[in-house]
Amino acid sequence: MDTKGDIPGKAPTGSDIGKMDSKAAGMNPYVGLVSSLRAAWLTGKTRAAEHRVSQLEALRRFLDEKKQPILDAMASDMRKPPFEVELSEIVLVKNEVNYALNNLSSWMKDEFVEKNLVTQLDTAFIRKEPYGVVLIIGAWNYPLNLILVPLVGAIAAGNCVIIKPSEICSSTEKILAETLPSYLDNDCLAVVTGGPAETTQLLENKFDYIFFTGSPQVGKIVMAAAAKHLTPLTLELGGKNPCYVADESDLQNVANRLVWGRCFNAGQTCIAPDYVLCSAETQEKLLPALRQAITQFFGPEPRESPDFARIISDKQFQRIRALLGSGRVAIGGQTDERERYIAPTVLADVQPSEPAMQEEIFGPVLPIITVPNVDEAIAFINRRERPLAMYVFASDSKLVHRVLEQTSSGGFGANDTMMQTTLISLPFGGIGNSGLGSYHSKFSFDTFSHHRACLLRSLGLETVNALRYPPYSERKMGLVTSAFEIKRKGTCTLL
Amino acid sequence: MGVGGAPLSVDPEVRSPPTWSGDRKEVVSAGEGQEQERGRATPLTAPPSRQLAAMDTRQRQRQQQVVARAGAAFRSGRSRPLGFRLRQLRALERLVTEKEAEIAAALQADLHKSQCNAYSYEILGVLAEIALALDKLPTWVAPQSVPKNIMTLTDEVYIHREPLGVVLVIGAWNYPFVLVMQPLIGAIAAGNAVVIKPSEISENTAKLLAELIPQYIDKDLYPVINGGVMETTELLKERFDHIFYTGSSQVGKIVMEAAAKHLTPVTLELGGKSPCYIDKDCNLDIACRRVAWGKYLNCGQTCIAPDYILCDQSIQNKVVENIKKTLKEFHGEDIKKSPDYERIANKHHFKRLVTLLEGQKIAYGGETDEATCFIAPTILTDVSPESKIMKEEIFGPLLPIVTIKSADEAIEFINQREKPLALYLFSNDKKLIKRMISETSSGGVTANDVIMHYTLPDLPFGGVGNSGMGNYHGRHSFETFSHRRSCLIKSLMMESVNKIRYPPNSQRKLDWAKFFFLKRFNKGRLGLIALALLGAILAAVIKVAYS
Repeated sequence: MDTKGDIPGKAPTGSDIGKMDSKAAGMNPYVGLVSSLRAAWLTGKTRAAEHRVSQLEALRRFLDEKKQPILDAMASDMRKPPFEVELSEIVLVKNEVNYALNNLSSWMKDEFVEKNLVTQLDTAFIRKEPYGVVLIIGAWNYPLNLILVPLVGAIAAGNCVIIKPSEICSSTEKILAETLPSYLDNDCLAVVTGGPAETTQLLENKFDYIFFTGSPQVGKIVMAAAAKHLTPLTLELGGKNPCYVADESDLQNVANRLVWGRCFNAGQTCIAPDYVLCSAETQEKLLPALRQAITQFFGPEPRESPDFARIISDKQFQRIRALLGSGRVAIGGQTDERERYIAPTVLADVQPSEPAMQEEIFGPVLPIITVPNVDEAIAFINRRERPLAMYVFASDSKLVHRVLEQTSSGGFGANDTMMQTTLISLPFGGIGNSGLGSYHSKFSFDTFSHHRACLLRSLGLETVNALRYPPYSERKMGLVTSAFEIKRKGTCTLL
Repeated sequence: MGVGGAPLSVDPEVRSPPTWSGDRKEVVSAGEGQEQERGRATPLTAPPSRQLAAMDTRQRQRQQQVVARAGAAFRSGRSRPLGFRLRQLRALERLVTEKEAEIAAALQADLHKSQCNAYSYEILGVLAEIALALDKLPTWVAPQSVPKNIMTLTDEVYIHREPLGVVLVIGAWNYPFVLVMQPLIGAIAAGNAVVIKPSEISENTAKLLAELIPQYIDKDLYPVINGGVMETTELLKERFDHIFYTGSSQVGKIVMEAAAKHLTPVTLELGGKSPCYIDKDCNLDIACRRVAWGKYLNCGQTCIAPDYILCDQSIQNKVVENIKKTLKEFHGEDIKKSPDYERIANKHHFKRLVTLLEGQKIAYGGETDEATCFIAPTILTDVSPESKIMKEEIFGPLLPIVTIKSADEAIEFINQREKPLALYLFSNDKKLIKRMISETSSGGVTANDVIMHYTLPDLPFGGVGNSGMGNYHGRHSFETFSHRRSCLIKSLMMESVNKIRYPPNSQRKLDWAKFFFLKRFNKGRLGLIALALLGAILAAVIKVAYS
């Protein structure tokens, strides 16, 4: 999820981090906190299934009991419409909690695997064990969801967790820092607040896993910090998500789904469609449909609509406003600096070289770039960084599959936007510049678990084992081969 | 270490440059680097900073071209079709079976590996991995359908495994063939282009791989690059889509830092001190035979070899006696003459191991011969946890015994240290074994034997913490080199259902939306049809309600 610079850790460049290193040598303020969590981890209490369940239930109680304060906080942070908050920040998190509670015992089970001839009498399984102390760094655009959804996975997997909410959404940060801890076991969960300087210092400590949501640029800094301790990590980043609209589509439905995805949370969504690729003729037909969808959703004056959010910060507002000069403003274009309002906007005939196509937009602005055909669209997409999501609108399913096969992206949606991420059964994550690793439900559990290979043998049957001991002979080699080797199908063996 | 533009040895943490490609033993200074090739003239004669300057532009460009060509070949799409992947894997299988003798000879020259050892531990594992991939690949690549919610009931929802792109595989010298080939198999199976960088320390195998691989599989998609520190440093500046590295923890950090510059995911197969706990309650005769086998295999140069023994003082002498007896069984009276006993890879490692012996009580072995890099199987008793040999991965035929008073003390001892790649437990008490597994962490575990968890392709092989991240073997390799792309294929119809999520919003819409998002269905086909009907009815109802 690209959060465009306002997020923790962004400001320090590589050299800042270097300075921080020497300055903070021996006096890192988080050493005590991290070691107290490590001590709690070593007691083993987070490993117990009962503990995980009780923490998840507490998290659900937090969501139920603090719904109103959460709605208020988000209204004050970015005027997020209550409908969107409930859907994206509460319902989706509760889904995760409930699903985890329903499935935890089966996720935690050892996974027994096939054996070869030598180990026929033994027990071989994969044990899902917690990593230890995990750090989760959230982003401001979905300040609750992007902390709590990974938190569900980390708790379900049995870890101790430090969460670092975004400081940009100060009201939501406050709820997470002040209210959430009263629900959870504070030996095993800590909240750290602060900006880039604090995050940099936090990252100097050794964690067993880091889960970061933010921009690719900060992602690189986080990964470099993780490398110093060989800490595995998941990076949920952003990118420009292309949306190809084929000529023969039912354009009013296309427009509805596009406008919904682009304007949800005022466009500040990592998986929102970032730009449209279509033919010049389709653009002409799509524009009135987009106008109609915008009017239908937000009325003739979107500024008055209670269902349309504002831009998070002045910095972001100015950044997005500067993009409006690309192409021609076909719909919208109004802005109001005082309330950080940017109207739902469509830019037509945008050139690939213009500002709107140089960065993730992360606002309610939809550029359209015309391409002569689908091949050009595929080539256009493949020339750029791999996006977090990709969308295709076409009634021809062959065309859909062709685009799917010939491109790469974190996720893929055909004939709708963003809905692939509401499915708890699909992994959510990027590729290339849009991130590494994935999460949601069982994928979160697996992300925060080490998959430990276990083989339990007996001390008997030493004669079979003697085959592998020196001194070696040709005969032994033949027997070893037949015991270990995986035969191809069709080359039948006795066993 | 100056990966990424800065001159070498800038980072104060790494004073001298490490040898690349799996030199597990921390850093080797440039001077020692000269000796490492057993007296042969090597290109590693100048200090690395000068070498880097000396790596002429043409050479660098050639390397860049090779990577660019692999990228172009990948983008052509030819590595993706299942048929192509299977053909390449079959060709790789042919390579192994047709050139078995050459491969064994290279391993013999590099590590004094006997033919049987080479076959059992290098060639067999590769053939098994290829056979498994050929058998299972069609099912691995098939789209994986997943449960839907009501909102997506009539849609196609599945996970599509797609190749990552151009993968870099950096091998290690201790098993120079299998540690390159096994990741290569997974990467080809997943449809990637692969740049292969064998270890320069096992130079005969490296040369052979560079010669053979292009003869059998696609030259552009799967190039082999040979070279030392400076070539690898340069190579890591290129952007890859995944890096798979086998080697030391210290170099692992450098690889990951280089990868961070391009947000490239990494798999790091590192080492560590794998503990071996021997309980009083077990058959010592058998336990010691298995430990001796795993410890002295490949002259101790195995990443998952038991590094040290933890046992009670009262059985320490019996352990020594049993291992002694076993070694005579294995190698006869004169171990130096045994064809089944390997040598240390180079003089640098030989010297490092000799210094680890200083001040230790040698209960058995201890003979060394610098000229042939021979170190006899050695057992050290009453070793202090504070001594040097307990501070680094041994990676040689020295077996220290640290005495502890109880299983609980052993657990504590293990948990106080970095997470190891493997953990070995010997006991007749199954409950104790289960408890020790639950209360510790490690990449993998084998109880009542050593090494063997590695041989099961269905078990993921990989470390945790300092011993690495990510895993491979069998299907796990395929997953490592694949991106799981979430796909939702909807139709443009059923707009009335969608309307519940569009603004303007109302409480009633919200309730519907909750219903749709919260319910999940994972029923049989019949159930799905029933639900589809239900969905259609609901759609009609909603349409009436909101139109």
